[in-house]
Amino acid sequence: MTSPVLHLPLAFLQTIGLAHFLVVGAVLFCAGITTVLARRNAVGILIGLELILNAANLNLVAFERFGPAPLRGTVFAIFVLAVAAAEAAIALAIVLNVFDSRDEIDVDETTALKG
Amino acid sequence: MPTVLPALADVFADVFAAGPSHALLASMIPDLTPILPGLIFYGLAGLAIVSAVAAATAPKIVHAAFGLMAAFFGVAGMYALLGSDFLALTQVVVYVGGILVLLVFGVLLTGRTKAALGLERPTHVMPAAFAGGALLFGLLGAILSSDFGDGGRTMADLPEPPSTTAALGRAFLDPNQYLLPFELVSVFLLAALIGAAFLVRRRRDGQ
Repeated sequence: MTSPVLHLPLAFLQTIGLAHFLVVGAVLFCAGITTVLARRNAVGILIGLELILNAANLNLVAFERFGPAPLRGTVFAIFVLAVAAAEAAIALAIVLNVFDSRDEIDVDETTALKG
Repeated sequence: MPTVLPALADVFADVFAAGPSHALLASMIPDLTPILPGLIFYGLAGLAIVSAVAAATAPKIVHAAFGLMAAFFGVAGMYALLGSDFLALTQVVVYVGGILVLLVFGVLLTGRTKAALGLERPTHVMPAAFAGGALLFGLLGAILSSDFGDGGRTMADLPEPPSTTAALGRAFLDPNQYLLPFELVSVFLLAALIGAAFLVRRRRDGQ
């Protein structure tokens, strides 16, 4: 099928469905997981966490748009947003404290609580 | 020159009138309406995915933070494309304006680490990328083989989304809907604020 105007095979642009958004969410989630696993810097791990939360929010909003119930996904996403903001503030406070006491935020080096 | 303005107005009236020239002009501009959601989607998806991968793989943590910012903007655009206008703006304000600035401050205040001095040991990029890639393949397989009960609808089949801001406000303040979680989140945010301020307070000597 070609677009009636541009005479190019553009049908793939007209069939954006739920799965497209879920695939983007999955890629963001896996990028976040990779970040969390690969980084030693605690701030880098926080960056990965934010990517993961964004991927989850994107899925929530996409399911809301393609599902029967309006507004629920958005409401849940806003709560996730609030929790993410609190998490970032507390986590950075902890990171700064660790840095104060050890001059180091490499998570492989901060092993004082290791059993 | 009092006659110039009416003359100009006549010219504009001729140009914008639905006459033959207008029809000719309109026929030269292709009608992008059916493919516009697709164009926007792929643009935003490319932005979000490329910058998320950059955030995952950038050797410097500041570059990763900038990649994260671009990913936030891509996701915000996707929210807007999905009809969640309020969430799209909140994403920009809270994530880009708040959390990202906080992260950059974290990078700034912890700059004198071994990593900054070039003493960081090599990171586990390859095993992590392998784990992430395997997870991605599993997720893609699950997504593409699942029936989500959406009837295979595309963006064009969906009704025009209403503005969500007023409805969200009513939902959050309605005791029968989300008033209790809304108030709990307020207390939670206050507790987090006090906790963060307490954790990073300047200690006096002897404490």
